[in-house]
Amino acid sequence: MYLFVFKFHLEEILGMMLGKVTGTIVTTISHPHYKNRRLLVVQPLTLPGDPPDGDFIALDNTQAGIGDTVLVNREGNGARGVLNLPDGCIISLIVGIVDSLYIESLED
Amino acid sequence: MLFGRVHGTAICSIKYPDLQGMKLLVVQPLDKHMQAAGPMQVAVDVVQAGPGDLCVMVRSREASLALREHKFVPVDLALVGIVDELVVRPDGEFDFTLKQGNTKYT
Repeated sequence: MYLFVFKFHLEEILGMMLGKVTGTIVTTISHPHYKNRRLLVVQPLTLPGDPPDGDFIALDNTQAGIGDTVLVNREGNGARGVLNLPDGCIISLIVGIVDSLYIESLED
Repeated sequence: MLFGRVHGTAICSIKYPDLQGMKLLVVQPLDKHMQAAGPMQVAVDVVQAGPGDLCVMVRSREASLALREHKFVPVDLALVGIVDELVVRPDGEFDFTLKQGNTKYT
């Protein structure tokens, strides 16, 4: 018996996460919930030695730009609350720009 | 939310009743460098995209919320925008690794 396992690395990690803005997207035709809001390409921060992987698109709520380290909420209910859209179809929302980070230890 | 390239259309004559009239597109999910990420998938179209278009897609519960009439349908991928312009900086320009201790970003 063969067991096929697909590895899906997109939209895999949910919740609150840290990432860096690496790109901007312009869409003229889009869903009404995405109108007049900016879409940015975000690359999650990784542990030393891990390759950058699992980039995603997020809606901007903080006037972030390319190169900024951002806090992204990747969970639809939080995004609906922030944007005040009870039926909003947004999963990833940038909710903060990170000034500094303190990490005590990166070892397990 | 992720990128996808439209490759074709899917037609189903028998489907869940609330999905009647919805356009189904065969899409290839892509990463930011436009490299394929995973197998081809089927997405519901709400922005009238066509083959060859680069789109923004949304997954999970939010995919069915993107539809106009029925918000509780078995849909897991929806096209919500057509990309006109995309600017992505190369990976080498930024440092994506977390560092021990205090790191200032601004």
